[in-house]
Amino acid sequence: MSDIADRVRKIVVEHLNVEAEKVTEKASFMDDLGADSLDQVELVMAFEEEFGVEIPDDAAESIQTFGDAVAFLSKATE
Amino acid sequence: MTLRRVVVTGLGIVSPLGVGHETVWANILASKSGAQRVTDFQVDDLPCQIACRIPMGDTSEGKFNPDDWMEAKEQRKVDPFIVYAMAAATQALRDSGYEARTLEQQERAGVLIGSGIGGIGGIYDASIVLNEKGPRRISPFFIPGRLINLASGYVSIEHGLKGPNHSVVTACSTGAHAIGDAARLIALDDADVMVAGGAESPVNRLSLAGFAACRALSTGFNDAPEKGSRPYDKDRDGFVMGEGAGVVILEEYEHAKARGAHIYGEVIGYGLSGDAHHITAPAEDGNGGFRSMSAAIKRAGIAPAEIDYINAHGTSTPLGDEIELGAVTRLLGDAASNAVMSSTKSAVGHLLGAAGAVEAIFSLLAMRDNTAPPTINLDNPSVETAINLAPHKPVAKEINVALSNSFGFGGTNASLIFRKVK
Repeated sequence: MSDIADRVRKIVVEHLNVEAEKVTEKASFMDDLGADSLDQVELVMAFEEEFGVEIPDDAAESIQTFGDAVAFLSKATE
Repeated sequence: MTLRRVVVTGLGIVSPLGVGHETVWANILASKSGAQRVTDFQVDDLPCQIACRIPMGDTSEGKFNPDDWMEAKEQRKVDPFIVYAMAAATQALRDSGYEARTLEQQERAGVLIGSGIGGIGGIYDASIVLNEKGPRRISPFFIPGRLINLASGYVSIEHGLKGPNHSVVTACSTGAHAIGDAARLIALDDADVMVAGGAESPVNRLSLAGFAACRALSTGFNDAPEKGSRPYDKDRDGFVMGEGAGVVILEEYEHAKARGAHIYGEVIGYGLSGDAHHITAPAEDGNGGFRSMSAAIKRAGIAPAEIDYINAHGTSTPLGDEIELGAVTRLLGDAASNAVMSSTKSAVGHLLGAAGAVEAIFSLLAMRDNTAPPTINLDNPSVETAINLAPHKPVAKEINVALSNSFGFGGTNASLIFRKVK
């Protein structure tokens, strides 16, 4: 779990150019971390690439926060 | 309808001879070359292995540090021509001292920055991703980061410029057309201030292969890159590609005067023409260039003999240089022996869609300093001419009127004329 969280955090920090401390469980990519709709699409692509999974569009829409992403990817890579 | 007067009040440049107009101009007058062997991608199977490259390093040393001009997060999304445009536009705005503060000011200030081939490097990279990994791996920033008018888009967002937002794509005439068209927007009262110019990031494997296939590039100087760009010289064998951006701040004359802005010169003439001849070769009699210069002179209301300095298109191709020289000789007539014409492409290379803009800047600085920049590497002119081509060294001379030529693939020609405001 923590390994997945670290990898997700690293991607978020790199793509959104935010400080790691701001990437908290409840942090929303768009509301709290400055992402726009295109950034959000790219983040999901980066998650797919890093974890070797495919995230369908409807699932991608449900990934709004850092916690959502970690939960989804933990489950997808079980 | 009366045309309003348009002046230049700010300059910004990113080029193979540095960043910032004073740095670049000092290097131009010192007869330096920005050419070098390409080392950051494979060139050993390409006929042309050289290019003029932007020196990377500290902004304080006149070099290019992209982080000083655009957030790292944004840089990642775009091709370098957009980063260069941002750097040149921000410099030009700072140089002019103009800032659009009120909504009314913002709505009267626009952007018109073009590029010849825009995001061709990013298109090349993305096509490999598409081929190897499929469509799901194409970034949502692929399209907006490659589109040519996104240079204007990014600059407008950064500086809150809500007036006309436009772009130009006319190959190697782009920069000149952008400045000319933007000046007309001000002359016609569509804006008071325009941020105008061109940007290009063409130095990649695909572009070198493509231009080499057109037989446009120098191929005989891979072991002596600094000698490759040699306009008018008998040993010239094609152009040397350059990268960068040139941006000027154009402003309505009374608007500039009212705020006490420094005025580099007035845009008094702009002429356009088409060769209607061939997709890459200029018409042999040079009539396209002749007509664009004539149109600019007519608009300026001056006699050809009043032109003190010409910044030539002069790319160092075997065909083009002499054709342009012939057209200029015909235009100037008896005044040819008083004129100085040089090609600064000998020093910075051919910046394609940015060329006309950086050369407009050089023309304005030539007027400011009463000094025509040199045509370096001009050891043995291929034809005799009465025109002083400023070989090797700058020429000191009173320059009140300067003309800058730009000609592009497709047979598209643009000429700009600037005059000192006294």
